[in-house]
Amino acid sequence: MHLDHPTTFPQRHTHSSPVRSDGSRRALRIGLGGPVGSGKTATVAALCRALREELSIAVITNDIYTREDAEHLLREAVLPPERITAVETGACPHTAIRDDISANLEAVEDLEDAVGPLDLVLVESGGDNLTATFSRGLVDAQMFVIDVAGGDDIPRKGGPGVTGSDLLVVNKTDLAPHVGSDLDAMARDAAEQRGELPVVFQSLRSEDGVKTVADWVRERIAAWIAA
Amino acid sequence: MSRSALLILADGRFPAGGHAHSGGAEAAVAAGRITDAVSLHAFCRGRLHTAGLVAAALAAAAADGVEPLALDEAADARTASAALRTASRRLGRQLMRAAHAAWPDPQLDALAAALPRGAHQPVVLGVAARAGGLGPLDAAHCAAYESVGGPATAVVRLLGLDPFDATAVLAGLGPDLDTVAERAVTAARSAAVQGVEALPAASAPLLDIGAETHAARATRLFAS
Ligand SMILES: Nc1nc2c(ncn2[C@@H]2O[C@H](COP(=O)(O)OP(=O)(O)OP(=O)(O)O)[C@@H](O)[C@H]2O)c(=O)[nH]1
Ligand SMILES: [Mg+2]
Repeated sequence: MHLDHPTTFPQRHTHSSPVRSDGSRRALRIGLGGPVGSGKTATVAALCRALREELSIAVITNDIYTREDAEHLLREAVLPPERITAVETGACPHTAIRDDISANLEAVEDLEDAVGPLDLVLVESGGDNLTATFSRGLVDAQMFVIDVAGGDDIPRKGGPGVTGSDLLVVNKTDLAPHVGSDLDAMARDAAEQRGELPVVFQSLRSEDGVKTVADWVRERIAAWIAA
Repeated sequence: MSRSALLILADGRFPAGGHAHSGGAEAAVAAGRITDAVSLHAFCRGRLHTAGLVAAALAAAAADGVEPLALDEAADARTASAALRTASRRLGRQLMRAAHAAWPDPQLDALAAALPRGAHQPVVLGVAARAGGLGPLDAAHCAAYESVGGPATAVVRLLGLDPFDATAVLAGLGPDLDTVAERAVTAARSAAVQGVEALPAASAPLLDIGAETHAARATRLFAS
């Protein structure tokens, strides 16, 4: 099955390897984590709409209880159905994206088998707590999506998603006036927690609201292809 | 070396996908058949002596070197529920990935190449045990323990059952686990001589029925 002996090129036999077993480059995998209802699925849908003309995309959802996220994406027809897969997570969504990523890796493989070479796989985690992060064995980069309505103290509280994700997305800025969230304070706290790591404030209710995040994905893709 | 491999393979944290499966416990909870530690014990004991015994014998035979593809067919024939056949192959494929990382081995590769969509989990378990330097009795113990460990963990999550009570249920099943593992090895030894027909074919119809109704549910926490 393998062309090389595992000890000759061990990196080719791991799933973080950028090379597939047939020698081609595998898709860049980006995880989207964050609390329940922050706008992960909405961001996935907006990214698919923004990028599907230029990239071959597939999506994996990790629903907690239902297939709702996958079904929502199917209903919205952001991608053809064969490009959307739901993984079941056994009451522990963070386990499926961090401690035991086997079902998600299988879903990635199945998608690549079913629809051919992909440029980008978006992996949405089930809405979870602030400590949930993706394994590097599963994704190459991860964004953490929070929203202004979930409390403007979340950036200050920190946690691995807020402090360590490759991109922090603060969603639903359109709601800030209605819920009394202080966006400047959120930005200050986020910068304090994250140092140089980027933060994006977005509202998906506005025209092309996902543009900054889509540009960030384009940059990651360019870096991935150049590497 | 081999005892350490056994601990790694039997560890519930071994990343082989088992955490997303309840071993039929979610269906039994939904049907009101598991409500507390006493009914969990009854459920686990029944599963151990039926599905658990069959899985342990398949795993022991594979660890003993019986042809994995013949065992895979035997597993198919012994798994009445289509949903459970699918779950078992999926778990087998996931276990293959973890086993390949832990104990790279030509026999694992050969099985993965022959059945890229996944061999039945107990068969992969036996081949993985062999790759890790373990024997048939170790493989049987692993399979037997898994057949009750999965449901017990799931019920802690589903019912909020006291985790100490769930662990006590497992410990209480210790003698049964040992008996089942030994019976499985005896059967596997017969299968090595007489063929896979000698393997046990015990079944629990309620587990099969529960698995089918579970697979048809729109909302559930566990994949099976
Ligand atoms: N006002 C406003 N609503 C938004 C925005 N983004 C998403 N929503 C709404 O927020 C709700 C939750 O969004 P989802 O995308 O389902 O959130 P999620 O993070 O995927 O949720 P879970 O998967 O359940 O954890 C939906 O009703 C969205 O329409 C936004 O920028 N502004
Ligand atoms: Mg969602």
